[in-house]
Amino acid sequence: MQHYWNSPVTWGHAGIFLLGAIAVLAVVIVFVTYAIYFERKVIGWMQFRQGPNRTGPLGLLQTVADVAKLLIKEDTIPTRADRALFVLAPALAFVPSFLVLAIIPYGLHLQFADLNVGFLYYIALSGVTTIAIVIAGWASNNKYALLGGMRSAAQMISYEVPLVMSIVGVAMMTGSLNLREIVLHQEGYFWHWNFLPQIIGFAVFVVAAVSELNRTPFDLPEAESELVAGYHVEYSGFRFAFFMLAEYIYMYAIACLTTLLFLGGWNPPFPQLDFIPGLVWFALKFAAVVFFLFWIRATLPRLRVDQLMGLAWKALLPLAILNIFLTALGIEWWG
Amino acid sequence: MIRTEELLLNVGPQHPSTHGVFRIIVKLDGEIITEATPVMGYLHRGTEKLAEQLNFTQIIPYTDRMDYVSAMTNNYVLVHAVEKLMGIEVPERAEFLRLIVMELQRVASHLVWWGTYLLDIGALSPFLYAFNDRERILQLFNELCGARLTYNYMRVGGVKWDAPEGWIDKVKEFVRSMHGKLAEYDKLASGNEILLSRLKGVGAYDAETAIAYGLSGANLRSAGVKWDLRKNEPYSLYDRFEFDVPVGTNGDCYDRYLIRLEEIRQSLRILEQALEQFPAGGETMGKVPRVIRPPAGEIYVRIESPRGEIGCYLVSKGKAEPYRLKFRRPSFVNLQILPKLLVGESMTNLVTILGGIDIVLGEVDC
Repeated sequence: MQHYWNSPVTWGHAGIFLLGAIAVLAVVIVFVTYAIYFERKVIGWMQFRQGPNRTGPLGLLQTVADVAKLLIKEDTIPTRADRALFVLAPALAFVPSFLVLAIIPYGLHLQFADLNVGFLYYIALSGVTTIAIVIAGWASNNKYALLGGMRSAAQMISYEVPLVMSIVGVAMMTGSLNLREIVLHQEGYFWHWNFLPQIIGFAVFVVAAVSELNRTPFDLPEAESELVAGYHVEYSGFRFAFFMLAEYIYMYAIACLTTLLFLGGWNPPFPQLDFIPGLVWFALKFAAVVFFLFWIRATLPRLRVDQLMGLAWKALLPLAILNIFLTALGIEWWG
Repeated sequence: MIRTEELLLNVGPQHPSTHGVFRIIVKLDGEIITEATPVMGYLHRGTEKLAEQLNFTQIIPYTDRMDYVSAMTNNYVLVHAVEKLMGIEVPERAEFLRLIVMELQRVASHLVWWGTYLLDIGALSPFLYAFNDRERILQLFNELCGARLTYNYMRVGGVKWDAPEGWIDKVKEFVRSMHGKLAEYDKLASGNEILLSRLKGVGAYDAETAIAYGLSGANLRSAGVKWDLRKNEPYSLYDRFEFDVPVGTNGDCYDRYLIRLEEIRQSLRILEQALEQFPAGGETMGKVPRVIRPPAGEIYVRIESPRGEIGCYLVSKGKAEPYRLKFRRPSFVNLQILPKLLVGESMTNLVTILGGIDIVLGEVDC
């Protein structure tokens, strides 16, 4: 893609960009479809259940059927809701989630946009989704939705700070925010991957990322047992599906980022295993991260709002700053 | 102009964490509760009034539907009252069967509580594990009396059905495996850092307050009051068995959590002894007149249900129907402390505290 990116825009290039975008969208939609299936299966197995197994062979068409159901569902908008904002919010939540995928390199030459400020781009755009969630909570004119939206705003603002801080160490070691260069810097044996030298940063990143995703144990904005469904309590049909879609695409993006920033991207754990294509390694690491997210969802209880804020500001942020300090010392001493 | 306003939030009667049709209106300042007003009665069926038109055998199924998570203890409190008023001797085998089903019921009831409570707190899996084990108890009950939830098992003077062949061995097998399961559950949940931070110090009260509000069961014992009717006023055969009464020290939700888990262990201990001593033969029904007419008079009996002290006040005028029947329902009494506990807590703690009280709405509204 880089070649087209640097040359002047023509109709042909625009067409290629469009096709590329559609291809990424297709990959992501397939991922979301089967991530939901996989999540339900994995959690089912962890709970001595079968998970979906009726729709299609092995239940593989379950999510397809669910989406079809959402499509033909009546689209309800509460009478007292703020119509314009209510309609706008799902789109506003989904669009940035899809945009952030542009920067993710799946292999050395497999990337949509090679930005120098890669990670910053992710943070900037994912913040927009928070606004969408607050809008959704506000526009629904429902108290539970409002509480969910507020919680979401507080949570995302708190956790974006340690999230950014946690990768400063990586950026210092690489000297770049460009995701492709960060991966190239991790070439070699698996102990050259960032997760070992940046172990504190890695831990902070994982915790903050799970929180950014609003997943257990940080799923407070949609805490079912307290707020029923949180910010999307009034949404039904495909508007609801858009929120779900955005959530799972962010999971996709975070799993990719974890792989790229800390797990060596497409690099094999041993250079001798180079004959296996990088995309396979990337997919394996990616799948492991996604599995980890499902695993903790089946295991952990939920934190309380005040504890959540305390964790972000009192534990994660100081740890991230300590990590930056230690990294600076390390670079100074061992170059 | 910008101004702040208190938020009036209606929680329930259809809310996933009110465990049924309970409703509570809370005034919120941010996420902090400044006032809480419980609204009850959505499941009121007038059991006590209905009972005045029914003879005693007909009332038993109604007691099943009060605390439907623990129907066996409800059965017992009614038949126990009638038996005591009439002075009926219950055969030993029947009494053993009653005790075994009551203790199995306690285990089942606490398992439901454990699973749903952790679900309230946000952990999904324990719910499934708990219901898996409870299912095995329900299967045992199903074999014994053909019902899974509303058993209608006990009768004045004994029990309706004798244990089928091999049933006692199946219960023994269950008790054996349940010990291992409990250890697993402890490992999974009880020491979890998030769980500790969610439960410790939440909804705490002292022994004086607990007694003043008439709390009973684990709610009372969590505040450090050692009061269990199975020990303090032994009924049935409880004086024959060895078991401990776990008590807490802080009166918070975590103590209640630990006490209920420990009570499962103690129930298993009682079951082990009862199954060992189970008489090989004998009647399951005592000598009971064809029409049960308690002599004129009144009586109050109370027993330890999984939720606390369940009492039955019976006034008889010598007829086949009671003149007045009144149940002291522990869920209803324990719930009264809720508005006091909720003031100053967050919405999240509302769920934690309400769940910690362990109510069953069928019993609250009766």
